[in-house]
Amino acid sequence: MCRIRDYRDQAAFAQLFAYFAPRVKGFLIKSGAPDGLAEDCTQEVMATLWQKAHLFDSSRASVATWVFTIARNRKIDLLRKDRRPAPEDLAWGHKAEPDQADVIGLQQESLRVTAALKALPDKQRILVERAYYGDLSHSEIAAETGLPLGTIKSRIRLALERLRHEMK
Amino acid sequence: MVKHHLPDEYLMAYSAGILSESFSLVVAAHVSLSDDSRARMEAYDAVGGAVLDSAPVANLSDGSLQATLDRIMGAPAGPSADEPIGQGAFPAPLQEYVGGDLDAVKWRSVGMGVKQAILKKDGSTSVRLLYIPKGMAMPDHSHGGLEMTLVLQGAYRDDDGEFHRGDIEVANDETQHTPVAFGPEDCICLTATDARLKFTSILPRLAQPFLQI
Repeated sequence: MCRIRDYRDQAAFAQLFAYFAPRVKGFLIKSGAPDGLAEDCTQEVMATLWQKAHLFDSSRASVATWVFTIARNRKIDLLRKDRRPAPEDLAWGHKAEPDQADVIGLQQESLRVTAALKALPDKQRILVERAYYGDLSHSEIAAETGLPLGTIKSRIRLALERLRHEMK
Repeated sequence: MVKHHLPDEYLMAYSAGILSESFSLVVAAHVSLSDDSRARMEAYDAVGGAVLDSAPVANLSDGSLQATLDRIMGAPAGPSADEPIGQGAFPAPLQEYVGGDLDAVKWRSVGMGVKQAILKKDGSTSVRLLYIPKGMAMPDHSHGGLEMTLVLQGAYRDDDGEFHRGDIEVANDETQHTPVAFGPEDCICLTATDARLKFTSILPRLAQPFLQI
């Protein structure tokens, strides 16, 4: 992802595409999109990934997380024909590079979240997945997912503090 | 310094993309002002990343990669200039709805110095800006549903404490509160509701159709 962001590397993009595009399409189909729309939407999501690469902050999100946020936003535009106001972007890419230790730490935490999701008891895992596939209403969401999110929250919080410091 | 942050379940609902537009606007504005809520929201985005990573793999159309590259090459090149951030009284997502900052709001008076501007109404769900002069009380009311209030300027206090710029309060069926604006500035809030408020005194009840809340 950083090779795409910093060098506009097409080979790196092809690699990322091969891994994520089928998953994005699978995610959209499970969210209720017909095949044709899901394909079109997937191509747009992957194109957006390239175009918005300068906003990717590897000390706050894994590539999977970044791809998810783009896919979710397109899904709401296309399937619900609704708007989803987004928080203010925090400018990235023009200031200091993120600390490598922060980046590695965040990537490890993201892998832990993915592993923890797979390890959840079926009933709980399905509930979390249904929320993200848009199958639950907000009143059905429980704050307690059973996922260990404490560490990743503090890591992101720290990265935000550093970023705020850089922005001053 | 933001003291009242948004409870996790709403950040998760927002991250999953299942909050309606009106509530999403209040959450987006709050997250713009609270790094604590932003960090928790991004942690829930990471859960979304994990769900995507575990999603069933679908077959792509032939030439999908090439079609995507064509889209990229066909689009206007390069990132657009940085938008100014952290400017003005309103966070960027709110400015999009208002069409500018505080001075662009089209207020409508609802009496006794209180003003409002409805930004979006969709069935029983709506989001509005409320302007309450300092020292004034919001009419005593209870809720038939969910109400989310973000302070943008000034402050108010109710049974749950004091709320300043960036603070958010969530009220539901059981809550009955009488927020009072206080401090040196008039209070401006962004409020989303998913049911009409039920006022408990007769006078505001008469004004209710006019307030449209």
